[in-house]
Amino acid sequence: MLKTFAKGGVHPPENKISAKSKIKDLQLPETISIPISQHLGTPSKPIVERGEQVVVGQLIAKNEGFVSSNIHSSVSGKIAKIDNVIDSSGYKRKSIVISTEGDEWDKNIDRTDKLITDFSCSSEEIINKVIEAGIVGLGGATFPSHVKLSIPRGKKAEYLIINGVECEPYLTADHALMLEKGEELMVGIQLLKTALKVDKALIGIENNKPDAIKHLSELAQNFKGINVYALKVKYPQGGEKQLIKALLNREVPSGGLPVDVGVVAFNVGTTLAVYEAVQKNKPLFERIVTVTGKSIKHPSNFRVRIGTPVSDLLSAAGGLPENAGKVINGGPMMGKAISDLSVPITKGSSGILILPESESGRRKVRSCIRCAKCVSICPMGLEPYLLMSLSRKNLFDRLESNRILDCIECGSCGYICPSNTELLEYLRSGKATVSQLIRTSKK
Amino acid sequence: MNKLFTVSQSPHIHSDYTIRKLMLGVIIALLPAFVTSLVFYGVGVLIVTSVSIASCIAFEFIIQKLILKTETKISDGSAIVTGLLLAFNLPSNLPIWIIIIGSLVAIGIGKMTFGGLGNNPFNPALVGRVFLLISFPTAMTVFPKASGFNTPYMIPADKMDALTGATPLSLVKECIKSGNSITELLNINNLNYSDMFFGNIGGSFGEIAAFALIVGFLYLLIRKIITWHIPVSVIAGVFLFAGILWIFSEEGHNIINDSLNINMPVIKFKDANQEIKIFHMADPLFHILTGGIMLGAIYMATDYVTSPMIPKGMIIYGAGIGIITVVIRVFGSYPEGISFAILIMNGFVPLINRYIKPERFGEEVKNG
Repeated sequence: MLKTFAKGGVHPPENKISAKSKIKDLQLPETISIPISQHLGTPSKPIVERGEQVVVGQLIAKNEGFVSSNIHSSVSGKIAKIDNVIDSSGYKRKSIVISTEGDEWDKNIDRTDKLITDFSCSSEEIINKVIEAGIVGLGGATFPSHVKLSIPRGKKAEYLIINGVECEPYLTADHALMLEKGEELMVGIQLLKTALKVDKALIGIENNKPDAIKHLSELAQNFKGINVYALKVKYPQGGEKQLIKALLNREVPSGGLPVDVGVVAFNVGTTLAVYEAVQKNKPLFERIVTVTGKSIKHPSNFRVRIGTPVSDLLSAAGGLPENAGKVINGGPMMGKAISDLSVPITKGSSGILILPESESGRRKVRSCIRCAKCVSICPMGLEPYLLMSLSRKNLFDRLESNRILDCIECGSCGYICPSNTELLEYLRSGKATVSQLIRTSKK
Repeated sequence: MNKLFTVSQSPHIHSDYTIRKLMLGVIIALLPAFVTSLVFYGVGVLIVTSVSIASCIAFEFIIQKLILKTETKISDGSAIVTGLLLAFNLPSNLPIWIIIIGSLVAIGIGKMTFGGLGNNPFNPALVGRVFLLISFPTAMTVFPKASGFNTPYMIPADKMDALTGATPLSLVKECIKSGNSITELLNINNLNYSDMFFGNIGGSFGEIAAFALIVGFLYLLIRKIITWHIPVSVIAGVFLFAGILWIFSEEGHNIINDSLNINMPVIKFKDANQEIKIFHMADPLFHILTGGIMLGAIYMATDYVTSPMIPKGMIIYGAGIGIITVVIRVFGSYPEGISFAILIMNGFVPLINRYIKPERFGEEVKNG
């Protein structure tokens, strides 16, 4: 029996059409715009000025406080402006725009492909490197990684979980990374283990990636305390709480953190970034992005500099298809639809998905027939139909007591609903208001 | 100008579930029972079913189009299911005008008054059926004898006695009232379990064949249209509660006495004339195979709109239906009680949904 999480879940068509594509370097963009807020927490503070020359890997915005993250230039060139630029949320956000000139890297960065296995650094040294390199969770949540690595007093981590699930349909960035950067991942895992002072690491990979499972299992044999687990394909298994439940049968308490059950989890992309930061001195300024869609000419996985406009990725993959109706930053279940192709890739962008016009519109909304499908598939054991109606009526106290804050916004309810109701939209708005009310009342 | 893209919130893909597909699934699941009824009751089945479906669709269309002046939604298939289920609950010789009244009550009062599909608190088909049962008690309880495909639809008045028959449940009801032995009754009328299982008994034409209804149940389970909770708990509720009562009846007493050598007490009661009567009751297997238990448990109680959302709630609801059905059958004045039982429990659904919550993921942090 393959492991999986117990409650709920759906199985959308996988459509991993870019799975066979090797990671390719994207051509350098002419200009990039790097938003100063691409992580959860306080936006960073720009430390460069207009007209200044920067090199690849140079710090251009410094973290503000603990829950924040450094941001580095991903190209070499001149700061064109610091201005509000539209990002994937659809709003204009403050960004640093750089025009590219050549490709000059910071001298401290090791640009070779040589695998370095230096395990002499201490926990503090690793965490400091992670802070300096501006590493955030690359699975999509973009939570600053050093915060997770600093275990609060009185709590103890027992396990490190590495998330190679990639349960979103279409996306294959993590898959490609596991196949091509296996050795580096193993070193990254060893570093994370040192940083967290744990000796057991579990890698969870869904069973639709047998080559990755095989490859990493073979590599893991050379390391003590790293085990690879094949998981049954089920969405949203890549959700942190679901993955911990699947691998260890532990439930993160409502309102709690994984460390409450002795676990810290990182995405494979984040793990690779930790390797590169510690062993190669390379800050986080590029990531792997899948460009995919049924009508895309060459569905591919690219290594992309942060700040590259989406249009550059699309041209590299054969151009924007004629029938494109929706451009999604991320996967089809949780990604954001973007309105403008100049939107930059940020640390949290794992893929660009093009849906044809025929799949882009909303289906006709009918009234809820109380089929209870949303209740039975909710991985958090919530009642989406009820939360939707409470959210419509602005009954915030009952929303809270029915645990709206537990919602992980995975979209399974909206996916399954035979009446095509706007479940997740209402849940999101209810959740946002309730958490805002709670924050205000605590002040 | 750049091309405009659609912008909406996630999820951006959708499963292929639609209301229409779910309704189609229910219709397919009812086909085996329909064919069986056709074999036993002939052309009347066809007439009653088509009239019922056609008038349900027509009433829904008329109400939406002409009275409410809203978008017509008959294409979702729910009116067809209501019409089909209403027909299944009627005798196969019911006059057309009564069927039309039943459809009007089901769609007009049972469904559209509350705002249409999704908003009705009570199962529309059962609202129609119970209305007819109370308004036209004779027409609704005289069933033609199953005489194959050639059973006539209109029965001439002079042949009424020869061509109609009572349901096993109404025969049993007579025994309970008169204090006669049920075992004897079953022998005289040549009623056996295999006839009950395969449908060779009197009754509303859709409810007679337990096996065909169970085949449809398996189909619904495989297609994941319903879960097992409600049907199983209704049937288990009937079986267990009837079983408990049966142990204390003359019939159960005799069998337990013979096989286990335990002397169980038999309930005796005084009737209206102060005469002491012995409590008679049919065995639990008889109770789940006759009347509308299978039809009710699998197709009527599981109506999405009027049943609970959480498995635990579904079991409470199902067990309640089972127990109330037995109470009406044994102590009430009607021989059959499942329609009333489902409607009564429909009334409890909002309460059940309010207090029975699913098992949440992760314990709540205290003093968080």
